[in-house]
Amino acid sequence: MSQQNPNSENSSIITKLLASVVIMFAFGFALVPLYEKFCDLTGFNGTTKNTAAAEREGMQVDESRWVTVEFTTRADRGAPWSFRPEVRSVRMHPGEIKVVNFIVDNHSSTNRVAQALPSVSPGEASLYLNKTECFCFEQQPLTAGETAVMPMRFFLDPDLPQEIQRLTLSYVMYDITDQAQSGQTASRSE
Amino acid sequence: MSTVVADAHDAHDEHHDHKPTGIKRWIFTTNHKDIGTLYLWFSFIMFLLGGSFALMIRMELFQPGMQVIDPHFFNQMTTMHGVIMVFGAVMPAFTGLANWMVPLMIGAPDMALPRMNNWSFWILPVAFLIMLSSMFVPGGGPAFGWTFYAPLSTTYSADSTALFVFAMHIMGMSSIMGAINVIVTIMNMRAPGMTYMKMPLFVWTWFITAFLLIAVMPVLAGVVTMVLTDKFFGTSFFAAAGGGDPVLFQHLFWFFGHPEVYIMILPSFGIVSAIIPAFARKPLFGYASMVYATASIAGLSFLVWAHHMFTTGMPTVASLMFMYMTMLIAVPTGVKVFNWVSTMWRGAMTFETPMLFAIAFVILFTIGGLSGIMLAITPVDYQYHDTYFVVAHFHYVLVSGAVFSIMAAAYYWLPKWSGVMYDEGLAKLHFWCSLISVNILFFPMHFVGLAGMPRRYPDYALQFADINAIVSVGGFLFGFSQLIFLAVVLKCAMKKGEKAPAKPWEGAEGLEWTVPSPAPYHTFDTPPEVK
Repeated sequence: MSQQNPNSENSSIITKLLASVVIMFAFGFALVPLYEKFCDLTGFNGTTKNTAAAEREGMQVDESRWVTVEFTTRADRGAPWSFRPEVRSVRMHPGEIKVVNFIVDNHSSTNRVAQALPSVSPGEASLYLNKTECFCFEQQPLTAGETAVMPMRFFLDPDLPQEIQRLTLSYVMYDITDQAQSGQTASRSE
Repeated sequence: MSTVVADAHDAHDEHHDHKPTGIKRWIFTTNHKDIGTLYLWFSFIMFLLGGSFALMIRMELFQPGMQVIDPHFFNQMTTMHGVIMVFGAVMPAFTGLANWMVPLMIGAPDMALPRMNNWSFWILPVAFLIMLSSMFVPGGGPAFGWTFYAPLSTTYSADSTALFVFAMHIMGMSSIMGAINVIVTIMNMRAPGMTYMKMPLFVWTWFITAFLLIAVMPVLAGVVTMVLTDKFFGTSFFAAAGGGDPVLFQHLFWFFGHPEVYIMILPSFGIVSAIIPAFARKPLFGYASMVYATASIAGLSFLVWAHHMFTTGMPTVASLMFMYMTMLIAVPTGVKVFNWVSTMWRGAMTFETPMLFAIAFVILFTIGGLSGIMLAITPVDYQYHDTYFVVAHFHYVLVSGAVFSIMAAAYYWLPKWSGVMYDEGLAKLHFWCSLISVNILFFPMHFVGLAGMPRRYPDYALQFADINAIVSVGGFLFGFSQLIFLAVVLKCAMKKGEKAPAKPWEGAEGLEWTVPSPAPYHTFDTPPEVK
């Protein structure tokens, strides 16, 4: 409060405040990986693991419960294909292994590269949905006019919370031809 | 908080009261009063401009169907209205008030960093020139709402987004510099005896607001940078195809955005806490609790951001956490409202225009606060989300809240700034016209919102026609009522009116009333002694 040498007092406060500004700017960017990590741990935004889960030895099929898994699919806006699941939903026991085929028709007359991204709702169920094999793990080259049948093999962890009796797995199929050619990958980073 | 100012000191002021004249005075000024005046005029011009954009919106919505403007232009109007009112009108008005009043209230000769002060003002008009010019480039200006959600602002936006981002950066820098200046001034330049707990509440609320600005404006800068690189440089912060997440945008934006709405209301609390005691002729009830309430609101503002995003499909636990945190804010806010009411209780009240605006603030802000509590309830928010109920809510707190408090402040301190009393008759007319029209404008929006009319569309279902017509009439009445305010201010600026005494309000307290009216160019060269 004294006004003996306000300049040096000022500059010490200014330094601290400017440092806070820089820290908060960096914090904004730091939130990006923190959010990703948080989502991986909690299933907050419904993303599933991007790697194949191992089929567990001696996993018990919980025959006392039925869970309905629904599939929704969408081609990204402007992507030249139709994309649909072979079945709209399956009823299954936790611990049981199912295979569902997804079908993509490339309507265009060029070779394209597609990438599907999954999302599970409710988000917390994404932690219990394990895929042992999925087309979404890698980029899908589609030749002109090709119809591809892509399998997805998955099971629900028997630890799936009791209150979840129905969950939705949604896929969006993006056209990443341009990025794939320029060498950028479009898969969700780990 | 009474003070003694040596008479010799005033004479001394008169002695070197010379200043550069003409346009150079305003461009090169480092005087806190000049810069305060510049900020206030700038915000007033922006208020009228942003208001005229709102009238374009209301004109289009007067009747269902497409009437006057095309949807893309409508979207630009909603966006620019929001951006201009938030960053061009309300925030600079508060900064202008801080520039004028904080040094006068704490007995400082000027702001601590006068040259930076000049910069922080003069980059603002540049930012808004860039922002407004973006509407004239091919593809049109920003049309994605002031919240610029990705992918609207990345995948689907016009090229002018680069100008939008650049302008936002400059505005952010201006705000940060202003905030640094306020903090350094308050920490280092208080007059002897002016302890923290003796500071007027306007100074306190601005002190806390400045910390909020420093905490969140850099985050906004980060978000707009990510939008820029996503759109033009191939990054994928918010693009799912590239491994990003559009919901992340909303988290980052509202981490800035929620403290931002308190940045736009905390200084109002300070203004009202100065005006109500002055006209109730009683000291403010519960000064210390007001300070703590302001600090708690500021702290809580960092823990509630996701209440803007209940419908993004958050887990129940997270929704509940944000719902309870949001409701918790009602507690310190309620403390404030009850303190203002208690201050008026059994006071010897008179109802000059500043007091009228302050009382209207308390009542209408509380209505806006209560609809805010309704919106905080997660399950019902699913119905209210993105409807006109939300529009009604935030206009009650921002127009009849923040803007009314700024008008109250202008009337309260105009005699000090200009040296003449404003025209009380015109001012009362302005108040009553504004009060009635603001309610015609925003109250019926609650009903169309509850009935399901969504925000941000240039057209609506037929059953909303009558209420929208009423709302539009209210909008035009409110807009044109502000021209009365312009007339009152111009009269004062041209020194037409009764000469104002140093302390025109009988019950007013504080150091600013110890200097003559108009306040001399240099005040408190020798610090006053605060007892």
